[in-house]
Amino acid sequence: MDKTLTDASDDHVVEVRHLSRVFDVSPPLLDRLVERAPRQVVHAVDDVSFAIDRATTFALVGESGCGKSTVARLIAGLYAPSGGTITYGARAAAGQSASATIARQRLQMIFQDPYASLNPRWRVGDIIAEPLVHGGGSARRTAAKRVAELLELVGLAEADARKYPHEFSGGQRQRISIARALAGNPDFIICDEPTSALDVSVQAQILNLMKDLQRDLRLTYLFISHDLAVVYQISDEVAVMYLGRLCERAPTQVLFERPQHPYTRLLLETIPRLRPDGTEREPISGEVPSPVSPPAGCAFHPRCPFANERCRRERPAMRHSGESEVACHAVEEKRLFS
Amino acid sequence: MPPALLEVESLRVDFPTRQGILTAVDQVSFSIEAGEVLGVVGESGAGKSMTGFAIIDLIDPPGRISGGSIRLKGKAIDNLAPEEMRRIRGRHIGTIFQDPLTSLNPLLRVSDQLSETIRTHLDLSERQARLRALELLKEVGIPAAAERMDNYPHQFSGGMRQRIVIALALCAAPDLIIADEPTTALDVSIQAQIIRLLKRLCRDYGTSVMLITHDMGVIAETADRVAVMYAGRIVEIGPVGEVIAAAHHPYTRGLMASIPALGERRDRLAQIPGAMPRLTAIPAGCAFHPRCAHAGDRCHAERPELTSRGTASAACWLDPRQSAHG
Repeated sequence: MDKTLTDASDDHVVEVRHLSRVFDVSPPLLDRLVERAPRQVVHAVDDVSFAIDRATTFALVGESGCGKSTVARLIAGLYAPSGGTITYGARAAAGQSASATIARQRLQMIFQDPYASLNPRWRVGDIIAEPLVHGGGSARRTAAKRVAELLELVGLAEADARKYPHEFSGGQRQRISIARALAGNPDFIICDEPTSALDVSVQAQILNLMKDLQRDLRLTYLFISHDLAVVYQISDEVAVMYLGRLCERAPTQVLFERPQHPYTRLLLETIPRLRPDGTEREPISGEVPSPVSPPAGCAFHPRCPFANERCRRERPAMRHSGESEVACHAVEEKRLFS
Repeated sequence: MPPALLEVESLRVDFPTRQGILTAVDQVSFSIEAGEVLGVVGESGAGKSMTGFAIIDLIDPPGRISGGSIRLKGKAIDNLAPEEMRRIRGRHIGTIFQDPLTSLNPLLRVSDQLSETIRTHLDLSERQARLRALELLKEVGIPAAAERMDNYPHQFSGGMRQRIVIALALCAAPDLIIADEPTTALDVSIQAQIIRLLKRLCRDYGTSVMLITHDMGVIAETADRVAVMYAGRIVEIGPVGEVIAAAHHPYTRGLMASIPALGERRDRLAQIPGAMPRLTAIPAGCAFHPRCAHAGDRCHAERPELTSRGTASAACWLDPRQSAHG
């Protein structure tokens, strides 16, 4: 078993071990009976382990369907895990088991679409105050003052509390989502593609705001994204997912300078460069296989230029390689140049 | 000198509303040469898609072209009867939109959609059209094209669907393809495949492309020239390398700086304060002046026109030398 995966340091905000989630995607019972089709399941998340240090940003990247949002929802408690454990907070690691419910009050989520995640019929002040009022009686009286503080914190004005979401631009709405997330004084925020729906100049504003808030409030972020350039700028540690499993995990600088897993390498090569150096990007051939019937062995082997017999047969486990952890036979056997 | 393939001059698109007339595209002029890829970049609401729609006359009413002219190979196409315009779309101008599912008919087999389009524009028999469809599908890289051409769109993945849309756009070997965010809905690894395909096909066929996207990286890798739009107008247009490396307009410079890049990790990303104005409240003078660090009195009062700066043009009152730094 891998060493760091079992180590429980004191300052983890969350630690997941061997996390799995299976979804039943079988056809309806009658169809199954008529066609004698078996049950079908998707392993959306399969044996994923990592821990997030306090006041850092941990990024989970991958293409659509790789399971990164499912991991976010599992940690947020929106889905129940099919297997594995999620441990919140350092206290639990130290043996005084904090209940998951209490831990989750310290956890909030920001979603991708700031148009869909705010109730259009509520005033902004009510949207932000909802978690406060829910918290109890005295909270209601101080809510207005707190809403004003929160609005100012995210760069909006106190007067904005009386407006409706449609009166704001996409970037401002995402600021409102952030204010709502901060209302309950969380220390851990799960951000699921928080800037993917925003224009690039507005994206920069939101990323800067998130960095400022992290520094001032000692926030921890789990940052889900498909945009590697954004991840490079905001995160301290990165994990790359492919078909429900982690394939590489490393400190950001290490991952981007010395990517090891062939999938990470190819992913990095496909980023469009602003100043092309004349060399053509080498696109990854093929597509992500269906998660209903993932390839045997290493899930990436059909697209991997380094795949051999062992890769087709045996599923690689996460192993240390330098400062990174990589799940790749070719890396382990040093078949890869680097 | 022969006329450019596409010439757009002082194009204006208006939307009459109860609050008054909104101008979505204003005084937009540019041209595309044969075989050239022109990138059009801007944030949402800048008018880039509306410009593309105006060229193929697909603006939803009550929106309308209220000024300017559009010429294809020297012939005006902005005032044609709907039937005539239909013949130009597809035959002379192909289109690729962001979401391949909305461009494909879910009830028709891929082979039928292709054959139908081919036979609308070219004088071919059903058999010949089917052969041509197969050829196109092979060309855009559909694996096992012969077996899969009779499948329905939902049986293909997103990347494969976009390849089919590209095949549809190429059916009649058009002179110009208008591609509106062709890779935005796709994963990065698929994005690179599609961009490469588009580039290769346009080179092989000599097709010009108007590539509309918010993704400067895609433009940097694909376009010859780029037009930057802001609040309905072109604020800068020029060779792509020059616009990226040495932009003249403060908005372009801010836009380039705010793109997260690999290689240099910065504590803070450069950001442009504020947001693009809504069409209902476009500021007087230069539309960018409330967000511009260099705005002076003239910028508040008078709207700048595009003026030449070497090989590029920019619409800015700043002294060209001054605007080169800053």
